[in-house]
Amino acid sequence: MANSSQPTLAVEAHDLVKVFPRGNVRALDGVSLEVEAGTVLGLLGPNGAGKTTVVRILSTILGPDSGHASVLGHDVVTQPETVRSIIGLAGQYAAVDENLTGRENIHMVARLSHLSRQVSARRADELLEEFGLANAGDRVLKTYSGGMRRRLDLAAALVANPPILFLDEPTTGLDPQSRQGLWTAIEELVRGGTTVLLTTQYLEEADRLARDIVVIDHGRVIAEGTPAQLKADLGTSVVSVTLGERATLDEAVRLLAPLSEKPPIVEDVVIELTVTNGPKAGADVLRTLDAAEVPIAGLALREPSLDDVFLSLTGHKTTIEQDEDESAPPKKRFGLGRKSDATDGKDAA
Amino acid sequence: MTTTTLSAQAAGLDQPGHGGNRLSWVVSDIATMAKRNILAVMRTPEALFFTTLQPIMFTLLFTYVFGGAIHVPGGHYIQFLMPGIFVQTVIFGAMSSAAGLAEDLHKGIIERFRALPMSRSAVLAGRTTSDLVRNVFVVVLITLVGYAVGFRIGTNFALFVCGLLVILFFAYALSWGFAYIGLSAPNAETAQVMVFPLIFPLLFASSAFVPVATMPGWLQAFAYHQPVTQVVNAARSLMVGGVLHNSGAVWASLLWCVGLLVVLAPIAVRKYRKVA
Repeated sequence: MANSSQPTLAVEAHDLVKVFPRGNVRALDGVSLEVEAGTVLGLLGPNGAGKTTVVRILSTILGPDSGHASVLGHDVVTQPETVRSIIGLAGQYAAVDENLTGRENIHMVARLSHLSRQVSARRADELLEEFGLANAGDRVLKTYSGGMRRRLDLAAALVANPPILFLDEPTTGLDPQSRQGLWTAIEELVRGGTTVLLTTQYLEEADRLARDIVVIDHGRVIAEGTPAQLKADLGTSVVSVTLGERATLDEAVRLLAPLSEKPPIVEDVVIELTVTNGPKAGADVLRTLDAAEVPIAGLALREPSLDDVFLSLTGHKTTIEQDEDESAPPKKRFGLGRKSDATDGKDAA
Repeated sequence: MTTTTLSAQAAGLDQPGHGGNRLSWVVSDIATMAKRNILAVMRTPEALFFTTLQPIMFTLLFTYVFGGAIHVPGGHYIQFLMPGIFVQTVIFGAMSSAAGLAEDLHKGIIERFRALPMSRSAVLAGRTTSDLVRNVFVVVLITLVGYAVGFRIGTNFALFVCGLLVILFFAYALSWGFAYIGLSAPNAETAQVMVFPLIFPLLFASSAFVPVATMPGWLQAFAYHQPVTQVVNAARSLMVGGVLHNSGAVWASLLWCVGLLVVLAPIAVRKYRKVA
């Protein structure tokens, strides 16, 4: 391992390409990333962006078509066994055994990680305790809630104290309280020195947990940086105007365009402007439209959602559409809002 | 969470046994996987109950309904039938390898196994092993049922056990084939349905329930040369003997078992590497 003067890279991926022959899907199209030891990297992207494929390659489940990746210096293709002994994997599918109890699940993973019987039993006790499952430890998983399964899944991933942890959308589909609980658990792990690569669809999650963020879409890295770097750039608010009449749309777009450096986004009778100073821009919009006697039905000011980020980076929404354009989108920096997703709704100014 | 870091020394990376006694870890992995599957079976006793009920009903059906109309060498149909019932039972038992693996595959737990430093083939070997254990249990039960309806060992206990071993070996070899099917199926239910059309002709166009000599000529050609007939005849030879003695079938069935295992196991393992 490298000496301490330079930060040690725990995970490196270089130019990973993966094509799934079925449907000829280019899941990864040259993804590179680095995770410094002891830090959290947030791999952010919409459904189908290739996040899970990256994790599956890094955890040796899948081989890349080209490019290479290593974990603590061990190549995932040529030294998969070593890699498997130093990683923990937990995911959105909560890969736990329904028919076993919580304790049996952890014990099984411990034994398959080649811990002795005694150590396995002790780890099962410790982890059930740590994850608040001590009372449920001897219950069959069929009786567990979604949040309990995720915690057990994470606990099982930690059984051999892996220095590297891959978390594939660890909180997707969880209620807010369970999500908070998992976040706290992950933060504890990082404080203890664990390196984490975390995939997520939620900006909020990446913002809270990750030191660095890599955004991917259509199998390509489209932005990267620390949350602070990324936030510093793209406007921090969106002004959303709903027009009263469709007939005035073109005129309104023409009038409002100069208020933002980025072109307005138009959908039906809604015009959205990405701006740096939300309240001032809101007032400007009102003044401009009022002066031109363009009737408006609504005005809202909100933080950018993941949708906005993707829209501004790629020109399409987080829901995957067919992308005709094959040219690589340029790397851009963008702003991160506190709001995770447009579905949170109701955050008008 | 503090204990996680504290016990980092005890557990984890430099556990002995990653290099030297590799084989013992393979055995340990298979045992762990088999135990997991057996626990699952014990957690759903209903499934075990009904899969055992089926061969018992077949025994009663053939003994009391069809048996009177079927004339067999030696004259005692129950003596002729029971080895066939044993073979039928273990084949059905081995079929659960298909459903079990299909379920694991589609519930995502195999992802976890693949990211663990465990033996790659232990998922399959554990499954076929647990089905073998289950078959041992069922075979003992069927022996008792057989005794209740009048079956008697015609040779001696040691040969009878040898007969059971041949049958279990055959089922074990087959379960690798079923594992392959399970890995190819879109889900557990489909896996079960996919297995049946393969098993049906092998089982019923064999000597399991009726003498092959009573079949039309073209079917006899198939029935004589397929493994189920050989295994059933071998079991009859070892369990009942007398007019059913057939040492040729014993050797032929062992050859079949070894041959099937040597062919099916690598195919299943290769499929596993590809799909999981």
